[in-house]
Parts: sequence; structure tokens; C-alpha cells
Amino acid sequence: MNQILANSLTLASPEIVLACGASLVLLVDAFLTDRQRGISYLLSMVTLALTAVVVASLPEGRNVGFSGMFVVDGVARFLKLAACGTVAAVLLYSRDYLRIRGLFRGEYFVLALFATLGIFVIVSAGSLLSLYMGIEVLALSQYALVAFDRDSSIAAESAMKYFVLGAIASGALLYGISLVYGVSRTFDLAQLAVFVQLGGASNIGLLFGMAFMVAGIAFKFGAVPFHMWVPDVYHGAPTSVTMLVGSAPKFAYFGLILRVLGEGLGGAVAEWQGMLIVLAVLSIAIGNVVAVAQTNLKRMLAYSTISNVGFILLGILAGTSAGYRGALFYTVAYVLMALGSFAMILLLSRKGFEADRIEDFRGLAQHRPWFAWMMLFLMASTAGLPPFVGFFSKLYVIQAVLDVGLTWLAVVAVLFSVVGAFYYLRVIKAMFFETAAGEVVVEASPSFKFLLSLNALSVLALGLWSGPLSDAIAKAFH
Amino acid sequence: MNLPLLSILTWLPVIGGIVVMLIGDRPVVLARWVALAVSLAALGFSVPLWSHFDAASAALQFVERTAWVPTLHSDYHLGIDGISLPLIVLTTFSTVLVIIASWSVIEKRPSQYYAAFLIMEGLMVGVFSAADALLFYVFWEAMLIPMFLIIGIWGGARRIYATIKFFLYTFLGSVLMLVALIYLYLKAGSYDLAALYELPLSRPEQTLIFLAFFAAFAVKVPMVPVHTWLPDAHVEAPTGGSVILAAIMLKMGGYGFLRFSLPITPDAAHQLDWLVIALSLIAVVYIGLIALVQTDMKKLIAYSSIAHMAFVTLGCFVGYEIVAVTGSAAGETLALSGAMVQMISHGLVSGALFLCVGVLYDRLHTRDIGAYGGVINTMPYFGAFMVLFGMANAGLPGTSGFVGEFMIVLASFRANFWFAAVAALTLITGAAYTLWLIKRVVLGPVANEGVASLKDLNGREFLVLGVLAIAVIAMGVYPKPLTDVMEPTLRHLVQLMSVSKL
Repeated sequence: MNQILANSLTLASPEIVLACGASLVLLVDAFLTDRQRGISYLLSMVTLALTAVVVASLPEGRNVGFSGMFVVDGVARFLKLAACGTVAAVLLYSRDYLRIRGLFRGEYFVLALFATLGIFVIVSAGSLLSLYMGIEVLALSQYALVAFDRDSSIAAESAMKYFVLGAIASGALLYGISLVYGVSRTFDLAQLAVFVQLGGASNIGLLFGMAFMVAGIAFKFGAVPFHMWVPDVYHGAPTSVTMLVGSAPKFAYFGLILRVLGEGLGGAVAEWQGMLIVLAVLSIAIGNVVAVAQTNLKRMLAYSTISNVGFILLGILAGTSAGYRGALFYTVAYVLMALGSFAMILLLSRKGFEADRIEDFRGLAQHRPWFAWMMLFLMASTAGLPPFVGFFSKLYVIQAVLDVGLTWLAVVAVLFSVVGAFYYLRVIKAMFFETAAGEVVVEASPSFKFLLSLNALSVLALGLWSGPLSDAIAKAFH
Repeated sequence: MNLPLLSILTWLPVIGGIVVMLIGDRPVVLARWVALAVSLAALGFSVPLWSHFDAASAALQFVERTAWVPTLHSDYHLGIDGISLPLIVLTTFSTVLVIIASWSVIEKRPSQYYAAFLIMEGLMVGVFSAADALLFYVFWEAMLIPMFLIIGIWGGARRIYATIKFFLYTFLGSVLMLVALIYLYLKAGSYDLAALYELPLSRPEQTLIFLAFFAAFAVKVPMVPVHTWLPDAHVEAPTGGSVILAAIMLKMGGYGFLRFSLPITPDAAHQLDWLVIALSLIAVVYIGLIALVQTDMKKLIAYSSIAHMAFVTLGCFVGYEIVAVTGSAAGETLALSGAMVQMISHGLVSGALFLCVGVLYDRLHTRDIGAYGGVINTMPYFGAFMVLFGMANAGLPGTSGFVGEFMIVLASFRANFWFAAVAALTLITGAAYTLWLIKRVVLGPVANEGVASLKDLNGREFLVLGVLAIAVIAMGVYPKPLTDVMEPTLRHLVQLMSVSKL
């Protein structure tokens, strides 16, 4: 018995390290003065690094702990490492932004670490209960983060919206879980998969529950028609929080949809494929079309997120392992590009100036050609132009869709990506073809600039040479 | 000679372009000379490409192949045959001319201007030498970004409208081609072009794939009715941009037909050839008439480009009708080599005409035909060149413009008298709009003070136009070296076209 518990604890060691680290930051931060706040930052970074090391040292293959509640497989390890790296990058990116605005406080780090913990629990969930627990840990951290700038009414408003809508979605998800449990008498995803295989796929109660779960997941992802919170939250939250909300959690939601639909309800792919097709088409269409009308870059990126989520769903809905791999590749590429794009906004922002309108990027090519090129890489990649990684991510998911015979869906997706190209071009247009109204000031630290350049160049490098990333993903699914 | 020539030709300009950009505008002289050196080096490397090319063979030569994206079974696979070789040489040749022509003209961020053209050069060579469909697509699309910037940064007053229109038109066509390529990959298990050539396809599949390819290539050529981006892009682009656009980028559409549409979907191409032929003939007549009424010199040449490129598409697709009528493939080869010669010739002639307009524009800063008149009085050398290139554009025998058009008209006769009769109308419309342009701009008495103050060509401009004039006349008098290089490849292509894949 003790041996089994010890095994489970070993599997959960990254989460334990992370939780302890987060608590330590919380504790230490209480005794720090504002000038010593850097210590909390460092401690958070160390926690993330330690966690990543522990994740990397977990045993290979698929291991199950806590009576099936907790799964550690290749995908979980991959997603956890990716989440650690992403959150660390977000913390580095946001340091100056927060400091200038007087938001450089311990809660930010604690919440970010707990959000990471939520991500970890979701991607390792072996049961619908642990899954739900992870979702709530992540969601509550995010609600609080969005409202983090407590003097900003717009941030408070968006946090309120996020919380209310998020609570409804959580309710829908939980309702779906309870229905599925009522029919299948199990929370365990592996047992659920067996139940579905043995004819449960045609059970009307299961399908009813599944529909609610899909709706809940779609809300988390921000897929149309459950997308209403996305633009407001992206726009209202402080940019560094937007960056966090818009990046690492995508790994968690990928894990969520993979665990629930891919593993638990994998046998019912014919049933949920139709739902995801509707979500994907609507997201790609509405995301791209509405983004054209935006003048605020954060809002535009929010709609761009919605359309990108549609593309991730394309990979998932194929229901094949190539589709899941493609969707994960897409998620990684998307997070890289989202990180870089929001970092560009942070780069240009300064005290009293958010740099979150497209016009704030005017004339950047003249004053800061290097960063204009970095932004060009990021925008062109998000638009899906070769040779950037965004092209290959679209290639993988479209290939997966074509492979299951949904040619019309592939055509719809690429046609709307042409619409999408327009608004990314607008940013490039502002940077390269127009002149700045005032001076362009860049006050970022060298480490920020270095990370941003690395981030943008990796978008190019992973496009020219995508082998290592796709190999790593293939290995994760092996 | 075991140098990876194609890789050098692709990546040397790209890396050179990045270096030029990093050098920046201080001092601009250094950036300029480095850019020239890189483009000359690329031209130099294309000499052994031509001399070591085995013209008797239709096989891919100078092949380089290494794994690129293993999960997609796509290789970094380069190789050229008789279709690619002349286009690659045209690319390296034009880039040198463009860089010399813009030597001291560009004032805004000149180093980035040169860099954009060098990067374009590398990507265009990549398009013409890719033997892997995915690699081809990557080069094909990657080219859009530098061209987008060239038109948008250094273009005229309505440059932003023009460049976004250019981008979205070509992007829209290309994404459909991408879907077709992925579909083919899923059936063939590889992006290798040779594998796609052998892949059997049912008729509905071929028809849809053909139409997807058609969307991409017809926009690029451009064919009526998707040609409207071209006049805008040409008019607003800086001189160098217009030259590259006319001389090389339009050729990619024709190249795509020869490399993808005809060999991959031969049955659909046969079935739908009436569509292409009809659109081509419409373009010859209708666009010729539109060109006649233009008041902007660049717009006139842009429309004339569309009419001339219609000959290329006619030459590519009239072959099936020739075989249907005569039962022999000889006329088909003639039509295809006519299309190729027309592409190269149009690259030289339209490039030269855009450079001529550039010469005038640099002096008087207007492209309005009405602002000129009697230029030959103050610029005799320039006048002589412009008349020569105008004649070539009108298809005067002895110039390169004649050869391709003649071959295509000759081949069309074997298919249907009326094809040839309508196509030959270009001799009237082409002569009309070109000669009228010459008359209004170059000939006659000096029209105004602006023209009276014009200075004739400087040495740099003389060099550029002189080299082009030699090329135009040489090709017109003795096109045999060119047609010899292409002959075996085109024969092989005709074979691929005639084998049903059903």
C-alpha cells in the first residue's frame, strides 16, 4: 500500500514542488518591502525551473497514480514542460511592465504559479473529477489575475464578465460530467472509454452529457459561440495578464479536450465530430471576419485567438492521431506567436501608454527596424505564411482534416485564413508604410529584448526546420 | 564541378540580402556595392549552370536532395530541367539590372530596398528549382512578403491599396493550390513532384485539382477576369518592383501551368482547355483594347503584359486541340516552346519598357502620357531604345517579341483557324497601343518645357538598356540556343500530357 502511495507521490512530484514553491512565494512575499519584490520574482522562476527539472526526470511511458485519477504520459510531460517554459517567459516579459505600473506584487507570481498548477492537474487528469479540480484551480487564478489591476475599472469589468460567464461554463461542464457519470457510473476516463466502446456511444444520456461537456470546453477555449468573454478579457486585463491568459492555458485546454474527447469519449468520435465542426467553422469565420473591424491590437489578437482556436479544433475533430499531433503542433506554434505578439505590445508600452492600438505601431520600421521585423515575422506566421511555423501548423491540421475526407472544411478554413491575412497585414502596413505620429520609445531591458528576438526568430527557425518540434510531438504521443 | 549550384543560387542572394539589410544605410554606398556584388555573383553562378546543363536530356539536373520535414515526407529537393533553366537565368539577369537601375534613385531606406530584391531573387530561383511540391509552395508564398513591402514602402500614391490587393489576390489563389497539394500528398504519400506525376486520379478529382491550381496560376499570370490586381500593382510599384513583377513573377503562373497543371492533371487540362483558350483569346483582344485607351504609361504596359501573357496560356493549352485535329504531337511541342520563348521575351521586353518609364519618371516625376511628347529631340539615345523596345513589344520580326508570338500563332493554326485569327489580332492591337504610345511620348515636336529640359541617358541607364537591347535582338535573330535547351524537356512534358491518368 505504501509502495503504491509512494509511486503516486513520485508521479505527482512536479505538482508538489510547484504547490510548495507557490506557497513559499506567498509566505516570503508577505515579509518583503516593495523594493525587495525581485526576490519573489526570482523564487517563482526557480520554482518553475525546479518543476521543469522534476517533470523531465519523471519515468518514461504511461504511468497511472492515485487509483487512476492521475496520469503521466508523454503528452502530459510535453504539455507540462511547455507550460513551465511559457509561464517563465511571461514572468520575464511582464516584469518591467508591472514594475512601472506599480503592479509588481507577490500576488501576481503566486497566481501565475497556481494557474500553472491548474494546468498541470488538467493535463494529467485521469478522471473527470481531477480534471474538474484542475479547471477550477486554473480558472480561479485567471479570474483574479484579470482583476489584478484593482484601480482599473475596465479590468474589473472584464474580470466580472469572465467570472460570471466562466461560472456558467463550469456549471455546464459539471452538469455534463454528472450526466455522463449517471449513465456510465464512472468518473475514470479509461473506464469511460471502455463503456463507450461497449455500445455506450449510442446512449442518449451520454450524448446529452457530452454536449454539455463540449460546450464547457468550447467556453474555456473561447470557441464561437462561447467566445463572448475573449475580446473583453483580452482587452480589459493588463497586457501582461492578457499574455498569460492567452498563452499557457491553451496547453491545458488542449490537454482537456484530448483527455475528455480523445481518450474518454474516443469511441464516440462520430458523435462529437459534428459538434466540433460547427464550433470550428464558426470560430474561424467569425474570429477572422470580426478581427478585421478592430483597431485595438489586443482586441484584434483576441479575435485572432478565436480563429486560431478554430484551427486547433480542426485538428482535434479529425479524431486521428495525426490530427491530435497536428493540433498540439498548432497549439505550440500559436502560443509562441501569441507570446511574441503580446511581448511586442509590452515592448512599446511605457508609463501611461499602453501601445495597444494598431496605430501605435506606426513607423516602427523607421525607428526600430529590428523589432519591426520581429513583429513582421510574428504577424506573417500567425497569418499562416510560409516559411514561418504558423504555415506548418495550419498545414498539419488541414492535412488531418483532408485525411478524414472533410475537403469542404479544409477549403472553408483556408479561405477564411485569407480574410485573416488582411488584418495581420494591417499591422505590417502600420509598421512599414506609415510614419509615426510621435517618437517611438523602447525602454525594455536587454533580457526582454533578447527573449523577444529569440521568440520571434524561433517562429522563423521552426518553420524552416520544423523536424525537431514535430519529432518531439510524435514522441510525446508514442 | 560538384558545387550545389542551385542551393547557392537560392541562398546566396537571401543571405546577401540579410547582410545588406544589416549594413544599413550608413554608409549607403557600401550596401549598394555589396548588393551589386551579390547579384553579380548570382549571375556568375548561373553561367556554369547553363554551360554544364545537358540540353539533350529531359531529366532533372543539378539535383540536390536531403530530408527536410520527415513527418510530411517532404524533401529539400532541388533540380532543374529545360523549363526552369531559362527562367532562373532570366531571374539572376533581371536582378542585376534592377539593382543597377535603382543605383542612386532610391532615397528612402535604400539598403532595405536592395535587400528586398536580393531576397526575392533567391526565393524566385527557389520556386523555379524546387522539385518538391511543399518546398515549391513555401518559396512561392514566401515571395509575397518582400513584394508586399517593395510596393508598400517604395510605391506611388495609392501604394497601400495596390499592395494589399496584390497580396490578397495572390494569397487567395495560392491557398486553394495548397489544399490541392495536400490532397495529392495524402494520395501519393509524398510531396515529390515525380511521384505526383505518376499518381492516378479520377476525373472529378482531376477537375477539382485542376481548378485549384488554376486559381493560383491564373491569378499570377494573370488571366482575365482575375487580372485587376496587376495594373494597380504595376502602376504603384517602384520601377524595380514593376520590372521584377513583369519579368519574373508573372512567369511563375506560366511555369506553374507547365510544372503542375499539365503533367499532374492531364485529363482535366484536356477537358477544360476550352476555358483557358477562351479566356486567353478574350484577353488578347479585350485587354489589347483597354491598353489602347490608357493615359498612364505604366498602366498601358501593364495591360500589354496581360495581353502578352495570354499568349503564354494559349500556347500552354492549345496543344490538346492540335493533337485532336492533327493526331500528332509535333504542333504541341511547338506551342509549348512558343509559350516558353514568349515568357522569356516578355520578361526582357516588359522589363525594358518599365525601365524606360522609370528613366522618364525619374526626370519629370509623372507617368502621364500627356506630359510628354518629342522626347527624342532632347533624349536621342533614350528615344532609340524606347522605339526598339516598343517594336519588340509590338512583335516586330527580328526582335524577341516576334518569335514566341509567331510560334504560338503558327501552332494555333493547326488546331483551329479561328484561334489563330483571333490571336493574330494582337499584331494589330499590340502595334496600335505600342506605336501610339511611342508616337505620343517619343516622337513629334518638343511638347513642353519639362521635355525641353530633359537630359539624355547617363552611363548607368545606357548600360542597363543597352544590355537589354542586345538580349532582345539576339533572341529575335537567333533563338535556337534557347529553344534547344527546352526541346527535350518539352517533348517529355508532351508525353506526360498525353498519358491519361484515369
